[in-house]
Amino acid sequence: MPRPGFVLDVDRSTPPILFHHGEGFRLEKLPADRSRIIYPAEPLEPLDDIEGSIRRALLNPIGDQKPLPELLFPGMRLTIAFDDISLPLPQMKSPDIRQRVIEQVLDHAAAAGVDDVHLIAALALHRRMTEDELRHAVGDRVYEAFAPSGALYNHDAEDPDNLVEVGTTDKGEIVEINKRAAESDLLIYVNINLVAMDGGWKSTAIGLASYKSIKYHHNVHTMRHSTSFMDREKSELHSSTWRMGHVLRDAGINIFQIETTMNNNVFGTEGPMSVLQKREWEWNPRDRATFLAMKAGLDRMPARSKRKVFQSWRAPHQMTSVQAGEVEAVHEITTANVYAQHLVPVEGQTDIMTMGLPYIGPYNVNSILNPILVMCLGLGYFFNLYKGRPLVRQGGVLIMSHPTPWEFHPVHHPSYIDFFEQVLADTTDPKVIEETYEKQFAEDDWYRHLYRTSYAYHGVHPFYMWYWGAHALEHLGRVIVVGGNEKAVRRLGFQPASTLTDALEMASDVVGRDASITHFHNPPVLMADVT
Amino acid sequence: MSANGGRPSDRKSLPVSGKTLLALAKAAAPSPKSVARSLPFPLRPGTVPVGVEPKREPSKFGANYDTDWARSYPARAARVLLLEGVLRPSMTLLAAPILRGVDRLDDLDGPAIFAPNHHSHIDTPLLLSVIPEPWRHHIFVAAAADYFFGNRITATASALAMGAIPFERTKISRRSSDEAAGLINDGWSFLIFPEGGRSPDGWGQPFRGGAAYLSLKCEVPVVPVYVGGTTRILRKGKRLPRPSITRVVFGRPMWPHEDEDSRRFALRIENEVSALGDEGRNDWYQARKRAHAGETPSMRGPQAGDWRRHWDLGDRSPIRRRQKRTWPNLGD
Repeated sequence: MPRPGFVLDVDRSTPPILFHHGEGFRLEKLPADRSRIIYPAEPLEPLDDIEGSIRRALLNPIGDQKPLPELLFPGMRLTIAFDDISLPLPQMKSPDIRQRVIEQVLDHAAAAGVDDVHLIAALALHRRMTEDELRHAVGDRVYEAFAPSGALYNHDAEDPDNLVEVGTTDKGEIVEINKRAAESDLLIYVNINLVAMDGGWKSTAIGLASYKSIKYHHNVHTMRHSTSFMDREKSELHSSTWRMGHVLRDAGINIFQIETTMNNNVFGTEGPMSVLQKREWEWNPRDRATFLAMKAGLDRMPARSKRKVFQSWRAPHQMTSVQAGEVEAVHEITTANVYAQHLVPVEGQTDIMTMGLPYIGPYNVNSILNPILVMCLGLGYFFNLYKGRPLVRQGGVLIMSHPTPWEFHPVHHPSYIDFFEQVLADTTDPKVIEETYEKQFAEDDWYRHLYRTSYAYHGVHPFYMWYWGAHALEHLGRVIVVGGNEKAVRRLGFQPASTLTDALEMASDVVGRDASITHFHNPPVLMADVT
Repeated sequence: MSANGGRPSDRKSLPVSGKTLLALAKAAAPSPKSVARSLPFPLRPGTVPVGVEPKREPSKFGANYDTDWARSYPARAARVLLLEGVLRPSMTLLAAPILRGVDRLDDLDGPAIFAPNHHSHIDTPLLLSVIPEPWRHHIFVAAAADYFFGNRITATASALAMGAIPFERTKISRRSSDEAAGLINDGWSFLIFPEGGRSPDGWGQPFRGGAAYLSLKCEVPVVPVYVGGTTRILRKGKRLPRPSITRVVFGRPMWPHEDEDSRRFALRIENEVSALGDEGRNDWYQARKRAHAGETPSMRGPQAGDWRRHWDLGDRSPIRRRQKRTWPNLGD
């Protein structure tokens, strides 16, 4: 029986605590009697019979939707869209959940004699997936059956010939999505719900949308009014997406949504990485020796090699639920299943929140976690992993640990480089950035060309990363980065510190000397349910 | 005048040669057998009385060969060394296997019966080198008792190198199946070619019920496997292998349905291997469509005359075409 997450009050006997630090680790002693640590739950038990569970889900849909075999007929146009490289994190061991689901869906389609099938990686404004990445997601069998004939491809949010305006919401938001998906007799979406923000109408209304449509919710106003965007009921991002989803539904697009959840088994229970998933006082001699050896090795390894080692890690995530049918009915159950793994009850807010940022976020798979993505991971994702109230109080301090290298992947993140060099050199205010610079980057022909033909994120993507942290920037009194590149940290508008002790000392200027501290022990992923 | 031309004879000529003398001496010396026969009873065995049927000791070879020693730890260690150090590199060079469907075994826990089609002697070493862990080093193979266990040398080599046990292919043998069932129950996986022998013409043969029977008896799944391209390396009747590319497609583990007997289960396994063959030669989705429509091309080939069966093999024909010459060979 997996143990639930819990909050540990730090006293003098508490051992030093693990902080992820990019492609490395730090062990930090937190001040006794005023610190607490939020630990994630242990990985939930996976489904016993994954293939059988998928089969049952397809045959017994939830909500107002028919069983999959009844929706398939010869001569139809079938489109299967699936989540892109940003999910799950890290990439999971083969076979990927998407492969398992898509193979069963296609088996039904084959039984019905469906010839016209397209598979689309729903990547919105993310970079295109490479052949290897697509093969990993859908499996060799599916890839080889569809890719050679051009029926398996990446969505292109800038292809005017393959986008269609479906309608407008009552708030005037234009809904424009992939033409093939919109004009199919059936659109099947295969999702992986890693965190509570994933899935639902976000899958189709964002994943298959164009910049023209996405800009209505990926903006500073929406993000500041999403408290948090991990909590759909309080997320303006989701409200907008749901409105767009209703436009899709009302336009008669038949969507069969398949959502899956996975446990937070990121580092496994065996092997050298398993120590990262254990609570520090439960490290046995072998774990301690492994950790010391791993840390010593990583400290001496060149950054490039470390990145290669970590990026090649395939997590042993396992599926905990699969449900299919009508989008909203399915998503209700999915969200409950995600919460069952992630939610940890926490009493009250804190003055100082500490976190160790790992090597990976949604936008640097097989890539570099550049300074903008460091900001997005800390202030966007980790800060927003709350329900109820933010874990840190208004005007509090966020201390995050990451090397924050002044380094960018030139193929994946070309517009990030210019954003960092030009935009952030001028201002870090999201509102000013949005008003002054967004249009110029979003409509830049060179960035558009790289997005469409190379493997680059869309020109506007670094802006969205900055907006992702807009709520936190507005909420926090100060952000301190421990162990980061000083110049890069200052460019982000944050304060650099060499050690956690220094950072706490600097924080005391804002929140006083006896400020309460809460460490967010993540990953594996957890979500604070703050009362 | 003497007959030799008047010269006096200075030596006496021998009536027979030295070689002949040696042979005579050898013949005169008693052989160990004759010595043994000349010994009195009980120093020699008693003579079988006339009219009494002599008792025949069963042969230690063929189906009776005891392979228990081949599963001792030293033998297993030697087999691992042989497999990883010799067999796998050799197969990579010779057969360059392209693997498909290994991920279908991810949910498989415990022993299984691997049931591939059979075209060549290469099939066994090829499969032993590509079946993934943890089954690869904990597997035994059904080998024809009359072919692989006929004498001490082949029997020892088969048991040691392949972990083989003798299987009767001409009759149903309780000993073979009991031995296999015992090993499966002990946690060993089993590699058996349900066709019973190599394809004589490049087409498949009907699957027999051995794999299905053991699956029902031991309650373990059958993993259907398609092996393609090995006829080009070493088809039946050839002695020297020639390098070529092969494909191995693993299917999902299959369990017998409720009330399904071994004959029907064997037919289902055969159909699944046919579908995997279709998948290996074409693409997965087209193969699934044909499978659902009941149009999967049979491995057994058309029921037609020899030339048409050969014609229909197409690219799968085991006979290699000679390389085309751009210019005639005029000789030098």
